[in-house]
Amino acid sequence: MTAVTAVAGRRRPRNRQALRLVVLVAIVAVVLYPLIWMLGTSVKSPTEIVNNIGLLPEEFTPGNYAEGWTNFDVSFGRFFLNSAMVSLLTVVGNALSCLLAAYALGRLRFRFRKAWFTVMIGTLLLPGHVLIVPQYILFRSLDLVGGDWPYLPLLIPHFLATEAFFVFLMVQFMRGIPRELDEAAKIDGASPYGVFRHVILPLSRPALVTTAIFSFIWTWNDFFRQLVFLSTLEDYTVPVALTLFIDSTSQSAVGPMFAMSVLSLLPVFLFFLAFQRMLVEGINTSGLKG
Amino acid sequence: MALTTAPGRSPRTGPVGPRPTRRGAGRARLGEGLAGYVFLSPWLIGLMGVTAIPMLLSLWLSFTDYDILTPLSEVRWVGLANYERMFTADPSYWHAVRVTLTFALVAVPLKLAAALGVALLLNRTWRGVGLFRGLFYLPSLLGGSVALAIVWVNMFNRDGAFNSFLALFGVEGLPWVADPDWALQTLMVLAIWQFGAPMVIFLAGLKQVPVELYEAASVDGAGTWRKFRAVTLPMLSPVIFFNLVLETIHGFQGFTAAFVLSNGTGGPVDSTLMYTLKLYISGFTDLEMGYASAMAWVFLLAIALITAVFFSTGRFWVHYSDGGDDS
Repeated sequence: MTAVTAVAGRRRPRNRQALRLVVLVAIVAVVLYPLIWMLGTSVKSPTEIVNNIGLLPEEFTPGNYAEGWTNFDVSFGRFFLNSAMVSLLTVVGNALSCLLAAYALGRLRFRFRKAWFTVMIGTLLLPGHVLIVPQYILFRSLDLVGGDWPYLPLLIPHFLATEAFFVFLMVQFMRGIPRELDEAAKIDGASPYGVFRHVILPLSRPALVTTAIFSFIWTWNDFFRQLVFLSTLEDYTVPVALTLFIDSTSQSAVGPMFAMSVLSLLPVFLFFLAFQRMLVEGINTSGLKG
Repeated sequence: MALTTAPGRSPRTGPVGPRPTRRGAGRARLGEGLAGYVFLSPWLIGLMGVTAIPMLLSLWLSFTDYDILTPLSEVRWVGLANYERMFTADPSYWHAVRVTLTFALVAVPLKLAAALGVALLLNRTWRGVGLFRGLFYLPSLLGGSVALAIVWVNMFNRDGAFNSFLALFGVEGLPWVADPDWALQTLMVLAIWQFGAPMVIFLAGLKQVPVELYEAASVDGAGTWRKFRAVTLPMLSPVIFFNLVLETIHGFQGFTAAFVLSNGTGGPVDSTLMYTLKLYISGFTDLEMGYASAMAWVFLLAIALITAVFFSTGRFWVHYSDGGDDS
């Protein structure tokens, strides 16, 4: 690799490299502008939001955050708790159920395995929107929609390995675990359950971590299913609660709305900071969508 | 493409046929067969309960006038009426089809072009690439959220940041998100802004292109453009294909931003009525779940058809250097 760079460096004039850097920095500026603007607007007063076109406020107005937090009858703390609960339980469900399915499809020998694998690949491209109406009807007929704890329709699919992306990711990962380990454990008398417990489970940790991070971010950002299945204010998750701001069009609501938008992105942003390399590499190895 | 490779292709130790030694090997294999289904059972239950049965239910519902209010046992069979209405009597349905196709046909190629362009800029190894790669990828993580859609709508408002920017050049902007001619375009820009995810995949693909090919091309006197056309593009075609399929299917399903921009109506004047939004309005606002089911099935068939078209035309332009990894 160093040889390549050296060759390229000798052939490529220095100013061309500089031009490349300038172009890249310009693109970064355009790409980051909306995020910085969002941050700035979240601490602007209502008059500044209309009049001050600069990125930063002249008068720092952190009160938008307090105001947004209690803008509705239920505080945003509750919405954040609801979102965190749904996201974390989804993480558990996906990691657990997808690992079980991946072990069967990627590692064990049984009748129709190939056929089931093909079916799993087929469901990869199945759009979730297609199933929302009948799923709603089925969950409603089971009395799971609404009620005291309306999150089961959001969670049950994730405990049943329906997120084929993660099953596929884990199957791919397991192909890299040497089969000799399975064989050795079998010779020592381990059953398929023992192999799973003592070989596959501990060695699959990287795949489990990738699954957990993506599950969390996708569920935290998800809107469609939460919009359909949550109907009472105190059950709302953050994305559904944010849409309530859209109804109130008054200028004074813009600051608080931006403040809550910033807060809602914070967990995802922190995940990005902590696991940046892993996220980028995660979509590489699996072709996952970000 | 890795997507279509079966899992059992890694070399196995030992013969495939019955093993010569240990007694009870047959029982062990029987045990493994049973264990296979034990481990697979959550997925199988999910496949049946969450995917297959709902699909069949929605197929049946698409021939009925079901609304959520009457019990399932009293549903009326209406034959092809839902499909007929969709294709002949509901202009807003065709409008939604047009909006969705326009969105996908414009936004997806531009997004991929941006992704490839920036990937090429980042390709050569030098310090700082990781930082740029991370910053470009960030919008892909945040962009699908309600929060970002809210920011976007405000940015393209009459007194949003975009018009302030135009004002610097003395140009008076429009209230873009409220203008039926421009609202969809703002959503396209939001989609293109998230070019980071395909870019990362392009970067991985670019790393796989052998340097010798470029050197050979240089020896033959090829310039930058020629190298791009004759080496980069063909070598990258499997990755382009992968991104194209994924992003197109993804593009057809855009919902969140359109919902936020129009407050769930598809406005102004149906200009952001994406297919999934139309489906949502029919099913959960108008409570015409039979009609929405018919729409869902047409959507599914359309996506299957488009995927099939991609895969059958892919043969002509996707180049697999190692002799068909996609078998």
